[in-house]
Amino acid sequence: MADVKKIATRDAYGAALVELAETNKDFIVMDADLAAATKTGMFKKAYPERFYNCGIAEQNMVSIAAGIAATGKRVFVSSFAMFAAGRAFEQVRNSVGYPHLNVIIGATHAGISVGEDGATHQCCEDIALMRTIPGMTVINPADAVEARKAVLAAMEHEGPVYMRFGRLAVPVVFDDDYTFEIGKGVELKEGSDVTIVATGLMVAEALEAYELLKAEGISARIINIATIKPLDKEIIIKAAKETGAIVTAEEHSVIGGLGSAVADVITEEYPVPVLKLGVNDVFGRSAPAAELLDKFGLRGINIAEMAKKAISLKK
Amino acid sequence: MNAQTKLELQKTATKVRIGIIKGVHAAKAGHPGGSLSCADILTYLYFKEMNIDPANPKKATRDRFVLSKGHAAPALYSVLAHRGFFPVEELITLRKYDSRLQGHPDMKNIPGVDMSSGSLGQGISTAVGMALSSKHFESGFRVYAVLGDGEIEEGQVWEAAMFAGNKKLDNLIAFVDFNNLQIDGTCDEVNSPSPIDKKFEAFGWNVITIDGHDFDQIEAAINEAKQVKGKPTAIVAKTVKGKGVSFMENAVNWHGSAPNDEQAQVALEELENALKAL
Repeated sequence: MADVKKIATRDAYGAALVELAETNKDFIVMDADLAAATKTGMFKKAYPERFYNCGIAEQNMVSIAAGIAATGKRVFVSSFAMFAAGRAFEQVRNSVGYPHLNVIIGATHAGISVGEDGATHQCCEDIALMRTIPGMTVINPADAVEARKAVLAAMEHEGPVYMRFGRLAVPVVFDDDYTFEIGKGVELKEGSDVTIVATGLMVAEALEAYELLKAEGISARIINIATIKPLDKEIIIKAAKETGAIVTAEEHSVIGGLGSAVADVITEEYPVPVLKLGVNDVFGRSAPAAELLDKFGLRGINIAEMAKKAISLKK
Repeated sequence: MNAQTKLELQKTATKVRIGIIKGVHAAKAGHPGGSLSCADILTYLYFKEMNIDPANPKKATRDRFVLSKGHAAPALYSVLAHRGFFPVEELITLRKYDSRLQGHPDMKNIPGVDMSSGSLGQGISTAVGMALSSKHFESGFRVYAVLGDGEIEEGQVWEAAMFAGNKKLDNLIAFVDFNNLQIDGTCDEVNSPSPIDKKFEAFGWNVITIDGHDFDQIEAAINEAKQVKGKPTAIVAKTVKGKGVSFMENAVNWHGSAPNDEQAQVALEELENALKAL
């Protein structure tokens, strides 16, 4: 994958907000003093009169957004995942989730790839938190192309949406003609020995694992799951039936994220080994993002090793 | 306000209180004290002040109301029912499994409820969001909210107050139902939210202090608030918890407990007599 184009999904998010604003006047964007980092600053620059800064008060911001949505308008709110999903969890649940309002949460700086800011700012629990809320849609795009399309789709969606974006520039894996649909997984590579179900920046790593496994004569199926809730159960069950073993890969805790969602489906519908690659119930650390992904074992080579273990567990 | 209007409001508020007692008694649970204390404010808003239409409860340009102290749901339900949003007879389904009258307001299912609430501190933020929406999209409606005095111990209330002051949301009027009692005792024993007026002033609000059971004062305060430009208004309404039912007045134990059959009968007799006397 030499000379791969890399773009952070947060950049795609900011650009998509500006793009949406060109044709739609019925939404506003809010941030909690992190516009430069979340990239809502791009929207703020282009449409200052449609941007509201809430200051450093994420709980208030989320409930304000609920109030705006209750008047029939749409609103995007942004902060780091830690504060949007973590600090404001109860506001997301009670102000937004319970009334099922059209609030779109653009949470950036998810996962350990935040890098040097360290554990307090590296949220590896947001997917778990958000998917427990009834009616919440949870989307974790793999690259800039998918991030843009997911933002456009969220704008048309009825009900609350939590979108997870990253700080780190990551490989662009999709072509511009890629079709995104909320709730649909995508098979990126055919395979018959094992299935790797990946989300977010781990999709590019899964594609590397595919090549590593292929070199060893192992046929791995690669599935991208951007929408973790509602999960595309069919593509997961089909993979279990056809490949007999699954590895999940996510830049998130192994507790409650994609791996748990996949395991929930597999244990109920078609039990086969499911191994979860992710952040192993530990806090993050300060270091450059690439070093953290190496040290935390969130690389293609780690996925490939786990895939071989999954195959060995097949009955 | 002319005498006839005031008399009608007093009669309506008494009927609203009867509805509160009947609902909480039937549910065998609920919050009568804080419902009775804000009954006059809600009655004034829904019967005299707000631009609303029970026949068209979702009308986009209607004024909005948020019961930030959502546990006073029996008061809101009783006011909405008496105003014609749904049958008064439905009030006795409060908190029942098959009822839409959930323990705390549910905007998805109850006609006339503009916002779900119940988790303290969040309602005022949602009201601020509605006021911001009205200004931004030039929808022209006003937003009213009722906070509890204990509720303002929540930090989010002051996040909302700071934002509303900073954004000059003069289309927002928030009442504080200042009955000075919360679950664990008097507000000052638990965690002094006072001085309430000076706090809101410090956050850039216009503040008016009134007797929350006096319709003339409620009206005058709202009219003043509507004249103030560039500031939201907080109306600190001094009230009596349990107002209208002698044994519930100023008694902290009636915050969150329902009257038994005998107590309900006494309460209803008192209120019916008060209604006849008007």
